[in-house]
Amino acid sequence: MTNFAPTNIDAMTMTEKELSSVVIKFVGDSGDGMQVSGNLFTSTSALAGNDIATFPDFPAEIRAPIGTVAGVSGFQIRFGSEAIYSPGDNCDVLVSMNAAALKSNLNTLKPNGIIIANTLGYDAKNLRLAGYPADADPLGEAVGQGYKLIQVDLTKVAKETLADKGIGNKDIERGKNMIALGLVCWMFQRPLEKVFALTEMRFGKKGDWATWNKMLIQAGWNLGDTLELFDSRYVVKPAPLQSGKYRGIAGNEALALGFIAAAHKSGLKLFLGAYPITPASDVLHELAKYKKIGVDSFMAEDEIAAICAAIGASYGGSLGITVSSGPGIALKTEAMGLAVSLEIPLVVCNVQRGGPSTGLPTKTEQADLLQALFGRNGECPMIVVAPGNPKECFEMAFQAAKLSLEHVTPVMLLSDGYIANGAEPWRFPSMNDLPSIEAKFAHENSPYQPYARDENYVRQWAVPGMKGIQHRIGGLEKEEISGNVSYDPDNHQKMVELRQMKVDKVADFIPELQIINGASKGKLLVLGWGSTLGAITTAVMDAFKQGIEVSQAHLRYLNPFPKNIENVLNNFDNILVPELNSGQLAFVLKSKFKVKIVQLNKVKGKPFLAGEILEKIIEISHGS
Amino acid sequence: MEVDSILAQMEHPVIYTSKDFESDQDVRWCPGCGDYAVLNAVKKVLPQTGKRKEDIVFISGIGCSSRFPYYVDTYGMHSIHGRAFAIATGLKITRPELDVWIITGDGDSMSIGGNHLIHLCRRNPNVNVLMFNNEIYGLTKGQYSPTSHVGLVTKSSPYGVIDTPFNPPALTLGAGASFVARTIDRFSAHLQDTILEAAKFSGTSFVEIYQNCNIFNDGSFENFTNKELKDDNTIIVETGKPLIFGKEHDKAIVLRGHQPEVVALSDVNASNEWIHDPTDFVKATLLAQFGVMTDFPRPFGVFYAKPRPVYDEQFHSHGWVAKDEDIDKIVAGKFTWDVG
Repeated sequence: MTNFAPTNIDAMTMTEKELSSVVIKFVGDSGDGMQVSGNLFTSTSALAGNDIATFPDFPAEIRAPIGTVAGVSGFQIRFGSEAIYSPGDNCDVLVSMNAAALKSNLNTLKPNGIIIANTLGYDAKNLRLAGYPADADPLGEAVGQGYKLIQVDLTKVAKETLADKGIGNKDIERGKNMIALGLVCWMFQRPLEKVFALTEMRFGKKGDWATWNKMLIQAGWNLGDTLELFDSRYVVKPAPLQSGKYRGIAGNEALALGFIAAAHKSGLKLFLGAYPITPASDVLHELAKYKKIGVDSFMAEDEIAAICAAIGASYGGSLGITVSSGPGIALKTEAMGLAVSLEIPLVVCNVQRGGPSTGLPTKTEQADLLQALFGRNGECPMIVVAPGNPKECFEMAFQAAKLSLEHVTPVMLLSDGYIANGAEPWRFPSMNDLPSIEAKFAHENSPYQPYARDENYVRQWAVPGMKGIQHRIGGLEKEEISGNVSYDPDNHQKMVELRQMKVDKVADFIPELQIINGASKGKLLVLGWGSTLGAITTAVMDAFKQGIEVSQAHLRYLNPFPKNIENVLNNFDNILVPELNSGQLAFVLKSKFKVKIVQLNKVKGKPFLAGEILEKIIEISHGS
Repeated sequence: MEVDSILAQMEHPVIYTSKDFESDQDVRWCPGCGDYAVLNAVKKVLPQTGKRKEDIVFISGIGCSSRFPYYVDTYGMHSIHGRAFAIATGLKITRPELDVWIITGDGDSMSIGGNHLIHLCRRNPNVNVLMFNNEIYGLTKGQYSPTSHVGLVTKSSPYGVIDTPFNPPALTLGAGASFVARTIDRFSAHLQDTILEAAKFSGTSFVEIYQNCNIFNDGSFENFTNKELKDDNTIIVETGKPLIFGKEHDKAIVLRGHQPEVVALSDVNASNEWIHDPTDFVKATLLAQFGVMTDFPRPFGVFYAKPRPVYDEQFHSHGWVAKDEDIDKIVAGKFTWDVG
């Protein structure tokens, strides 16, 4: 779709090209402000009415050695006049601040793509730090490979722009990201007044920097206007988005908001027990802001204390949640078992990252599914849900809380590093749009049996302070109905079955599995779960364009499965299951259903490229 | 109706006896276990706290003592090993009006729950910790614990324990506890008084209770309970009183500089006399060390009680006060745009 190939038009004649979708990647040192440039450009694209997906990619080290490949930080944005489902496999424009950034990202630039390079970032020192030989000329080589190079001494322009402002050289040099932003805004004809307004919003509190950054952006814009660096400017028209009010949303923020909304709808206080861990900490940061409305955000001494405090809060009648990532979830395992045995509400969020052990803290993976389903001692079923994109993080956090409160049982939510930090436009709901949540409380001074159940096998939630129904609960096996400690063999069998039936019964309260693209019957269904939604959808759309018949469904509920899953699967000859693990959903599907599962697995700490999934779709379509 | 409303206006409207706190469960500790004495003491103290049954919660970990909540007719949770402190912290933050008690043992609190205990002490929520110290793992049938003394032969230390034991009062004082006391199962009045003091104190009250395990570690505290031995081996510290002990009531502990010293009562004078002051942190830390200093009697009583800011008050948890509009605003965030 996108084509940046040099045109035949006279270079002096500026042309305007319309593009339906563009991917820009801002890459530089982790101190170069690439996230800021990326975020501001994202907001301007949002105001231009584009559909958007973004993905930041930063190193695990806060400040790795300057100029090295280890320290490269990136921000990728895809914006378009068509529906955008993922941040894109490869980029059209690579804004690269130094040699290391180019080295680690050039392989993602499309053929004939544009490189915007900061001259100073390619001097002898930077080449050495990036690990190039002394006589290397990576930019020259790139031009030789057909890439279009726009080389600007951004640092010099920044110095000229902010000369006589009394700003230290170091600070001025950091302004090069804003020059680059101005240049990109010029390329895509973003109205400057809107960019300025956003800049003021971003830097308003930092005094003069709002003004200075606007000057830098203007300078970048002027470069485009005067230097005749480009033979084209580009237009990306508004996308056919549903009308309404939008905001940008990243997955972690959406999780926090979803829990706040759920607490509000249930009329309960929200209690977060958390311990800092990448990539989940942003949920803690976000929720910590809302003490004034009734959010108790507790940073515990460790992961175990975090979940136990949440269990204590739940026991006290609040919506208790805990948020962590793989290694932290492993530590919480025993306490999850307690919550399952107590049968109290609790939501455990796992923002998955590469494992095992400490693994890849800032990279994404979906390898904790089996841990979520089975990773506790004893027969220990939990409801398991998984959002597919940043927007769904809100919805599924809300759903997780609703199911937990209405079925008085713990729920695990599986997000991952990719959607945690990725962002997209979101037509956010108002409280009126959301369903009610009725926590299933016991009643004071009424006959109360702690483990008596209703028709959905749900027990009543009695909390301290309720008169006349004092009782004791614990992690020991309980006698059915009375809840007294019981080692009776038949009772244990029955309680194991009841806890399972209660979770299975949740299938009556969740949506059925929908075919979201393609026919409801056919040769091939692509079935994903979690954060692969965007890449799969893009691949399926690309397959349609090639005339390939394929259907798509996405699982948001992993335990229990939607009631109709077997019927849906039985309508297809092949079920392609792309996962960022070694085949965990495939393993479960194979054990439950007699369908032909084809696995597509990737465990590189990176999300799927749509192209990788498309390739597999083509392979299966041709093979059958 | 009228009586009810009058009672409701009284400061301590509920009048219970210890019998009111008996649950319907059979108590299943071994016959002769020191835990019975603690249970009885707590049941006698509870009516004196003025708290309603439904507002009292006992949270325990794992171990013999942790069965305790089943035997009291209040709310209760028998949780998992070592984690009662964390569970109680979450509960107390979200429901500060509740009266929260933590029941734990030497293994539960000093080993697997050690981290949670020290963080409880530093945060100082208003909870009461009763630590049943029998210097042994009882429920798992007799392994040495983090408070077992060096040389103790158990199933897991057939050649004798080589680990230096924890000193619970010193540990909790070091972690910032605002109330630290020691008592013993056999001194029933002292046990009750100490637990009542702990209950009245605002902040984390840590009470170490020497508790005899007559099955796996019988006689561990014999020196302090045996009629012949106890007077020379124990000292009861009381606010405003000098540190005097001995069968003949003829010995005292005084301070020579910063060094405690056992002297004859007749050698006590105005310059060296040690009057117990539970707000004196330095003296509290010295008292805590008596347990590991030879020739000193083991102290019992409230070592330290000095109120400081209470975590659950500072946390300032309150009810959910948001209106729909407030949440709509939060969900919308700072930057929105219109499409169509």
